[in-house]
Amino acid sequence: MTTNKLARPERFFEDRFGLTSSALERLLGSHLVGRVDHADLFLEYRVSEELTLEEGAVKKASRHVSQGAGIRAQSGERTGYAHTDDLALPNLEEAARQARAIADQSSGSMAVAVRSGRPHDLYTLAEPPVNAALDRKVALLLKMDAAARASDPRVKQVIASLGSEDVVVLIATPSGWTVGDVRPLTRLNVTVIVEENGKREIGNYGGGGRVPFDFFLEADRGEADRWRRYTSEAVRQATIKLHAVEAPAGEMTVVLGPGWPGILLHEAVGHGLEGDFNRKQTSAFSGRMGQKVASDLVTVIDVGTIANRRGSLNVDDEGIPTRRNVLIEKGVLVGYMQDRLNARLMGGEPTGNGRRESYAHQPMPRMTNTFMLAGQDDPDDIIRSVPHGLYAVNFGGGQVDITNGKFVFSASEAYLIEDGKITRPVKGATLIGSGPEALTRVSRVGHDLKLDEGVGTCGKDGQSVPVGVGLPTIRIDGITVGGTQV
Amino acid sequence: MLDLLGDVLKRARERGATAADAFLVEDRAFSAQVRLGRVDTVKHARAQHLSLRVFSGKSAAAASTSDFSRTSVERLVDEAVSLARITAPDELSGLPEANVLAREIPALDLDDPTGHDLSPEEKIELARRCEAAALGADPRITNSEGGDFADRRARYAYAASHGFAAEYGTSSFSLSTSPIASENGHMQRDGWYHVTRKRARLDSPEEIGKTAAGRALRRLGARQVKTAQVPVVFDPDMAASLVRHVAGAVAGPSLYRGASFLLGKLGRQIAAPGVTIIDDGTISGGLGSRPFDGEGLPVLRTVIVDKGVLTSYLLDTYSGRKLGMASTHHAARDGSGVTVGTTNLYLAKGALDPKDLIGSVKQGLYVTELIGFGVNGVTGDYSRGAVGMWIDNGELAYPVEEITIAGNLLDMFHAIEGVGNDLVFRDRTASPTVLVGRMTVAGA
Repeated sequence: MTTNKLARPERFFEDRFGLTSSALERLLGSHLVGRVDHADLFLEYRVSEELTLEEGAVKKASRHVSQGAGIRAQSGERTGYAHTDDLALPNLEEAARQARAIADQSSGSMAVAVRSGRPHDLYTLAEPPVNAALDRKVALLLKMDAAARASDPRVKQVIASLGSEDVVVLIATPSGWTVGDVRPLTRLNVTVIVEENGKREIGNYGGGGRVPFDFFLEADRGEADRWRRYTSEAVRQATIKLHAVEAPAGEMTVVLGPGWPGILLHEAVGHGLEGDFNRKQTSAFSGRMGQKVASDLVTVIDVGTIANRRGSLNVDDEGIPTRRNVLIEKGVLVGYMQDRLNARLMGGEPTGNGRRESYAHQPMPRMTNTFMLAGQDDPDDIIRSVPHGLYAVNFGGGQVDITNGKFVFSASEAYLIEDGKITRPVKGATLIGSGPEALTRVSRVGHDLKLDEGVGTCGKDGQSVPVGVGLPTIRIDGITVGGTQV
Repeated sequence: MLDLLGDVLKRARERGATAADAFLVEDRAFSAQVRLGRVDTVKHARAQHLSLRVFSGKSAAAASTSDFSRTSVERLVDEAVSLARITAPDELSGLPEANVLAREIPALDLDDPTGHDLSPEEKIELARRCEAAALGADPRITNSEGGDFADRRARYAYAASHGFAAEYGTSSFSLSTSPIASENGHMQRDGWYHVTRKRARLDSPEEIGKTAAGRALRRLGARQVKTAQVPVVFDPDMAASLVRHVAGAVAGPSLYRGASFLLGKLGRQIAAPGVTIIDDGTISGGLGSRPFDGEGLPVLRTVIVDKGVLTSYLLDTYSGRKLGMASTHHAARDGSGVTVGTTNLYLAKGALDPKDLIGSVKQGLYVTELIGFGVNGVTGDYSRGAVGMWIDNGELAYPVEEITIAGNLLDMFHAIEGVGNDLVFRDRTASPTVLVGRMTVAGA
């Protein structure tokens, strides 16, 4: 596969599978046109590669190719969806017939004329990460192993992995409109196990994005090279946990550090503002448009247009260019995230948030890069303002129950705040809160907005998509901390 | 299928691989979702996946594709062989010894040849009835995330260069619904499901719908409780999640990486004497059953924990060699090669009626749902969001939410004071109701 071919999705599927634009138009036209409110074909070709180092050597390497087509026909609230791995035309025709069968008559609702706009150009790379030379990748993983072990004698195990993929997609509708995208993505991750006096702990760190392999070798904001920073972060987190005390249990003031703790927003409000849940009135935020759902200090946006970010897209998986969507403005709920179906049924417009894991999945409203805008406060002042509480700076995953609004996110690095000072590290603990309430308790917002390193993956209805989050330092006056210390 | 695998292995050898194995899955799947009585989504799927592992001396690599065209498969093999040249040699890598391979392929009754003959309309009707039963159960059931029917028929084939080649087929059917109950402006969602390998054994749509409605209704009016250290009763599905944590900690890769809270505990008491955990891949018609593992070894019944004593790890060939032990025949294929996986994993049933387990608790928590990922597999530290019912004087008194439960898995397993008699294989991992003597519940 050459870069040149990848830059032209239309040509790619024509050259490789004989799927010319006229063949696609015939396929969609003869089976779908005029009978449904919306129909589309999604073609996808994905090459991915994974290298893993453990015990000082790269012993695992794998390369994967997946390809397929998803065909969708929608009528009213109904969707017929069919997908196949086999891109031969007769298979696609069978899939189109299956998709159409259920949506065979138009609901009569007017198909919304969607202004599609031009796709962005956020991540054209001279060399996609999946094509970078294997020996350079192996050398990097070996350097990380050596650096981790050299940095601290308590490091007993280092597992470093580098995953890369390149995805070519083409979206076509019966009107003959097509849009393509080529999406590179890479992620470098390091896990260390440390041991001291028979006690073991684990530390994890990593980063990435829609960036070339060399991204990991570059210095970041004048600091160390990224790979070196990831490695020392993993070691630092693991060794700090060795001496962590039991985490407190119960409701208290919590200060969240900048960056990845933005997962709070993703869980507390992000999912609840996806169009499908609100159309179905199953979200704790249903019917709350225009209402106050956060303190005045809080503005939350979802932005799919930041160059080279993991959560960014030139166009979403329905061909709509991504954009900047304001979800909460100065505490007031002002926007939902929409795909075509839910926008049509709610009388709104698609917001560039129609995403799917692959051709084998139908699109849903999903987040891209979700973060809170910076405030005025000095982060140190925020910590000094807390007599007793928790300062949480790194998190594992989170989850939310959309309907009752309860969400969790699990701190993996946290400290007690005593008399305005950060004191002892505490063990990992899950924080639990209520989406519509948690952000009303935000009393301080720092000026230090940071986006995460580029490692987020969001799961919804069994579909995983890459996302980003971000946050300045914030103070929340009361959230339940799930430690063991009563 | 076996012909394709034969060609793949032959080409791998021709390209210089010293050994190779390959795994192939082909399936057809259908799903229908009905919401508020109307068809929401109907999905037809046809998928195929070939994965290959090659050895070049003591170096290994893996590759996979969903494109079965001749050129694509040839390219897959060539890429795998060239990848194996850049990976570091490992003395312990390689296929299992030929003498441990499965000689006979047991008939495990995993396929339902006649179960898939329903029309799409009939399948939609099952989903509709399931949701309708939930919607009609109570006026407080006001909304729904839908009723779902799905079926899948798959064929699996495995071949290895030392002579193994076999295939088998499976079926699965599932029916579920997620109703929403509301009262005083607050909504609660819950659901119920059933999964089987034989369509005729699926619970009736009405039964599933009614159960789902009951689960959503009992959450209405849920509140926080005060932070306290109390006994915690896990319902069967939530107890099964604890069993999964044990399986993760005794999986070979977690052990040889030193990333397990059960490291070095083989032969030691790791749980209360009432706890016996078994993995049995030979159960006829079992959701986790398979005739051979991902490396062609016959499946077994393995006692992992016997009356509280850790008696076996879960190993594939490589992790077994790393630990100086034999494979326990738990190899599973993933995209990147071979990993360790369970089959039908369960905590053996005890003697107590679940009602009596709850009845034995003066003040405590009955857990019906857990959310979040707050489990540290290295230390066993555990902290997750929970939903359930508060137990007051042995009775389920009122629903609770926005709380967490926390402890350490090793302490929790030692503190299991009672195991119910209500073991049902509803999923690949199953457990009866379990009572843990003391955990921290964090709330207001």
